[in-house]
Amino acid sequence: MDQFLQLTLSGLTNGAVLALAALGFVLIYKASDVLNFAQGEFLLVGAYVMFALVGELGWHWSIGIVVTVLIAVALGVVLERAVLRPMIGEPIISLIMVTIGLSSLLRAIVSTIWGTDERAFPSFIPSEPIKVLGATVTTDKLWAIGIAAVFLVVFNLFFRRSSEGIAMRAVADDQQAALSMGISVKKIFAMAWSISAATAAIGGIIVANILGVSGNISGLGLQVFPVVILGGLDSIPGAVIGGIIIGLLQAYTGGYVGFGLNSIIPFVVLVLILMVKPYGLFGQEIIERV
Amino acid sequence: MLSLNNIEVIYEDVILVLKGMSLQVPDGQIVALLGANGAGKSTTLKAISGLLKPENGEVTDGSIEFQGEPIHTMPAEDVVRRGIFQVMEGRRVFEHLTVEENLIAGGYTRADRNNLKRDIEMVYTYFPRLKERMKQAAGYLSGGEQQMLAIGRALMAKPKLVMLDEPSLGLAPLLVQEIFDIIKRINEEQNTTILLVEQNALLALDIAHYAYIMENGRIVMDGEPDNLRENADVREFYLGLTEVGQRKSYRDVKHYKRRKRWLS
Repeated sequence: MDQFLQLTLSGLTNGAVLALAALGFVLIYKASDVLNFAQGEFLLVGAYVMFALVGELGWHWSIGIVVTVLIAVALGVVLERAVLRPMIGEPIISLIMVTIGLSSLLRAIVSTIWGTDERAFPSFIPSEPIKVLGATVTTDKLWAIGIAAVFLVVFNLFFRRSSEGIAMRAVADDQQAALSMGISVKKIFAMAWSISAATAAIGGIIVANILGVSGNISGLGLQVFPVVILGGLDSIPGAVIGGIIIGLLQAYTGGYVGFGLNSIIPFVVLVLILMVKPYGLFGQEIIERV
Repeated sequence: MLSLNNIEVIYEDVILVLKGMSLQVPDGQIVALLGANGAGKSTTLKAISGLLKPENGEVTDGSIEFQGEPIHTMPAEDVVRRGIFQVMEGRRVFEHLTVEENLIAGGYTRADRNNLKRDIEMVYTYFPRLKERMKQAAGYLSGGEQQMLAIGRALMAKPKLVMLDEPSLGLAPLLVQEIFDIIKRINEEQNTTILLVEQNALLALDIAHYAYIMENGRIVMDGEPDNLRENADVREFYLGLTEVGQRKSYRDVKHYKRRKRWLS
């Protein structure tokens, strides 16, 4: 029981990070039909920027988070403007190649500046063992889950309540009709990229806080694919639930089975879900009226 | 209020669709634009609303003026902000958004977003059926309800001029009648100018103050609805009536087929 609770908790932590990364991925896909293969590098950049601000410059962590998010937003806008906008109307395969190129570029820039060694992250989240329901867990994991949950709720509210969020979903639904009511599609694309970079940066900070900063963080980007395929490529709740399911599965298989099965299991799920439910759990099938 | 002066529209740099099209829409009126498929009606509306660019179209000659200001080079969002709203052909509601969210999206350009709630209620008074379905995904509405939503979405932007592209498309006759009545009410109560593109000439002439007939990318005839209804060509080709004013019977169709006089 003890072990189960601990595994569940670390699965949730992992899942929350995956959910944040997947959320950004889904957002970009929904708004602009681009599959962003550089999502993992957004995590990486977020983690290193936070490391530089707090670990190297010695800023307070709260300012660090805010500035990191702002930098991520700026990065998203710049990438959309400079790289993605000229590609509008190009075939999907070129878009994929561009984002793959982008991911190599970002990784290279990060390792040029900070090197490839693993560094300890300036732990700003207290990591003390406490007892929850009889199991011993560290508080940093609870914090990570909490932070991720807050952001997920905020984004959900943004999409359901604010008119910018609704406009964003409108663009995802029918670009031309959205244009006809004065919604600026360019602005929405830029917003999608910046929000996506921001959520990924937060995810990156959370991972780095638990695992330390290293180039491995971008490897999480690969696990985003099973998550979004499971949840549905264009579903925001799907990204969250998919992330949590994959996170839990990894923790349980790692804890109970071992043999490195935890790093394979997401892709087993990926293959299975593509065979039985290609739209994913919550993906939109095209609505047909009867 | 709106005037098109001799405009020419070319798609993909080669396809000439509008060939010197002129049209006036006076303030507060309903103006109908009639014509067969492919005459260029929808292109005309898109030229006005700035939606040509995504389809690789361009106004290459002439000018479009709205309240004295040239708008033919403006991007769509600026045109909407100036008060022109196009209800696109085929309804084009946001299927995965609820009815209410569709309406909010319609009011996106509004500066006074605090009044959105009140205006949503206003839309519901015109279309009570939408109120019953406000939390439902718009994709699951019936065709008639989707058309109502598309018009309601336009009202949300508080436009000075609404351009309706074939609001009768694919709807049952009774519903079409209902929607046309509402269009007329909106014109009278909200003092919204309306430019109506239709295939259903009979109905359109019923509610319009003035009408243009379009063929092959230009206006071939215009006038008050009453005068147009009297015109033999219009009766034959748009209203499906014979010269005696009766419904055409295929039994009487013999060798002589009336030719359009205005073309040669």
